[in-house]
Amino acid sequence: MSVGRAVADPIQPQQIPHRRIDVKTKVLTAFVVLTNVLGNFAMSWGMKHQAVELGVSPLAYIRLIFSPWVFIGTSLLVLWLLSRMTLLGWADLSYVLPVTSIGYVIIEFLGRYFLGEQVSWQHWAGTVLIMIGISLVGLTSANTTQQEPS
Amino acid sequence: MIRWLMVGIVVGSTVLADLLQSHEMKRNSVAAEDLRPGRLGGMLRGLARRVPLIVAVFFMAISFFAFMKLLSVAALSFAVPVSAASVVLETVLAKLVLKETVTGLRWSGALCVACGVALLAM
Repeated sequence: MSVGRAVADPIQPQQIPHRRIDVKTKVLTAFVVLTNVLGNFAMSWGMKHQAVELGVSPLAYIRLIFSPWVFIGTSLLVLWLLSRMTLLGWADLSYVLPVTSIGYVIIEFLGRYFLGEQVSWQHWAGTVLIMIGISLVGLTSANTTQQEPS
Repeated sequence: MIRWLMVGIVVGSTVLADLLQSHEMKRNSVAAEDLRPGRLGGMLRGLARRVPLIVAVFFMAISFFAFMKLLSVAALSFAVPVSAASVVLETVLAKLVLKETVTGLRWSGALCVACGVALLAM
């Protein structure tokens, strides 16, 4: 005898396919890293190429914030803050911190590509260590507490 | 003396900000559907009303300005590796305070990342 469900049960967190949750977390992690890297880079570029003289006057700072590169950088960093908050609701803090450290490596390479700096052995060693660390943390489950993203 | 005080403020406020954000967002996480453009405004209004998140952003601002001050009294090659130590401290606190399961693999990863960041700053 088949027994049908009398009422439509709400989907419980454990019924959501784990792969779907994992993909969403990874996509959001990539977005967090990207907004952080591009935001910092735009801010840095804007500060280096700004034509505003910074003194004690707050007007100079306001003008600087609304200069194109600094404005883009600030907007991207606001997006970074909000997406990181969301990610912290989906994944463990002890997962998010090491995994998003890939941003350090990308910033290094962006800096070298645009500024043409030399790469020392310490930097290569640092990059390799960060990549190993990220790979190790990436092998663990992103969320070890009860809450799961819907 | 002042640089160690600044290191303490940077690390302490970063750790507090991250713990507060993680605890609050876990308690009431944002659904993936709320990230759609039509619902984004409501989601932002909801976040702006949550006191622990406002306090966390306040601590992030303290950390930012203390880091600026640290850079004015110490070299970048000192400031970045020292602040990278917060990754390890936060992993310890994530286990103790947030009750996350930190396996040996995750410990090793966090240590590798902290050492890697320190090397990048050299």
